[in-house]
Amino acid sequence: MSLSAYVPIIALFALAAAFALFSVGVSQIVGPKRYNRAKLEAYECGIEPSPQPVGGGRFPIKFYLTAMLFIIFDIEIIFLYPWAVTFDALGLFGFVEMILFITTVFIAYAYVWRRGGLEWD
Amino acid sequence: MTAYLAQDPRLEDFGHDPWWLILIKIVVAFAFGMGLTVLGVWFERRVVARMAVRPGPNQVGPFGLLQTLIDGVKGMLKEDVLPRTADKVVFFFAPTVSAIMALTALSVIPFGPLVSIFGHRTALQVTDVPVAVLIVLACSSLGIYGIVLGGWASGSTYPLLGGLRSTAQMISYEVAMGLSIVAVFMTAGTMSTSGIVASQAGGSKFASIGGFDLYVPGWYGLLLIPSFLIFLVSAFGETNRAPFDLPEAESELVAGYMTEYSSIKFLLYMLSEYVAMVSMSSIMVTLFLGGWRAPWPITLWSGANSGWWPLLWFLGKVVLLLFVFVWVRATLPRLRYDQFMRLGWKVLLPLNLAWIVLLAGVKVFQGSELTSRNRWLIVAGVVVAALLVALLWPSRKAQPTPSLEEQVAARPAGSFPLPPMDLVVPPSPRARRAVAERQPANVGGTETSNDSDETRKEV
Repeated sequence: MSLSAYVPIIALFALAAAFALFSVGVSQIVGPKRYNRAKLEAYECGIEPSPQPVGGGRFPIKFYLTAMLFIIFDIEIIFLYPWAVTFDALGLFGFVEMILFITTVFIAYAYVWRRGGLEWD
Repeated sequence: MTAYLAQDPRLEDFGHDPWWLILIKIVVAFAFGMGLTVLGVWFERRVVARMAVRPGPNQVGPFGLLQTLIDGVKGMLKEDVLPRTADKVVFFFAPTVSAIMALTALSVIPFGPLVSIFGHRTALQVTDVPVAVLIVLACSSLGIYGIVLGGWASGSTYPLLGGLRSTAQMISYEVAMGLSIVAVFMTAGTMSTSGIVASQAGGSKFASIGGFDLYVPGWYGLLLIPSFLIFLVSAFGETNRAPFDLPEAESELVAGYMTEYSSIKFLLYMLSEYVAMVSMSSIMVTLFLGGWRAPWPITLWSGANSGWWPLLWFLGKVVLLLFVFVWVRATLPRLRYDQFMRLGWKVLLPLNLAWIVLLAGVKVFQGSELTSRNRWLIVAGVVVAALLVALLWPSRKAQPTPSLEEQVAARPAGSFPLPPMDLVVPPSPRARRAVAERQPANVGGTETSNDSDETRKEV
């Protein structure tokens, strides 16, 4: 098992990238260009677009919270994968260790739930 | 079974292909993704139309098969609008990120067993690595960048909100999806896709009727059915498909992150959604539905799992799952966003964790390294733990609703004045006049108010 098995993944990535960039590039050439000032405004169902500050506007803090929760649980999953793959070899010892680990994460989860971190209103 | 297992590729079989074979394989995998996408759009439109008793696209080519291609050409010939407020560079590259990542995920899907191509023995799979399933997950995570960057770079309100929503949705359901695969890894003991397909090969014989052996398939979709169902639900969330297509909820956000996009960039977003659907179906077939292996009645024929035939079984299973995607879209209404997030975080996640712990417990319990005394100790421990959790579970006390007077008294000083709480609104002059005019009709009876029975008779 060597790293050469990874080469086709990069090759497929390159093929997909070539396709995507090619099609975006071609449409720049073959598409028409008719200037109209109203067309270049941001679309907001016909009303005057609300002004956007430079670098994007403000948005609810909920999205940051969701991202942070995602990181916590994603890391938990990353720890679970190697354990799951070697589950048969680790046996009872691995099981007890993983129960302890899942319990600690579950306490954090219960805390977040109780504090309303999972509510969307 | 050993005759079939000789067809099974192993991890050592990968990484030795000559360059021309790699080229053929990636072009075929690319064509598989694109072809199924083009056909899939047509398929979806036709099936949804049939379910709504409409004909659907049927003009371009036989049965309207070329409709998608023509739509693509038309989209390409449209003007590519670059909004004034957009971040030019990011706006240009964001759709390509989504499309590239959706296509790259196809690189580790096993399409079939070892075959001979121009005298070269190789597996019908672009490549396989020890962390193949992680690569699929990574690709679907990186695809989120295309969406959030596209929404942000548009410099407009709806796309920004749509992009954020979509991102929160996809990362939430990625947690559920990632957890549901743990059970598969635990059972298969490997993360390589070909290894997972091989581990689903053996079915257990449960009956033999008149010389026919009936097998329970070793598919993880049946053995680990909670994992399969959770994966299926999160696949809908991950690909932004109905009933979870909240980023493009037309009634709220116009078209979500795609609002400002036009021409081929819009098409690339649509393409990446459909390619993601194809690759999600493929990975679901691989992980849960036995991969390229033939389903039960066909396995009675001994040649079913060798040569090029498995391509057909694989394609059949993928098309079946694509039909499920379309079917669900035509059947279920869209969820509200808070309901959707609640399902992901409060239902799927704890269910997943409980299922993993249960499965691991059962597996360890069945293992041979335990004496019977220890087994009973474990059972007792689990019971005690369950009782403790049930006892100490924090219960939310229902607050008694305070009476009106208490609520009024609890208001801080300087609050706005309240109208009198026992206010009775007098009837309007018009209503009083109407009642007065109706009065003579009942006057004939002597006691109009109490004796309603008699009144009715006389009237």
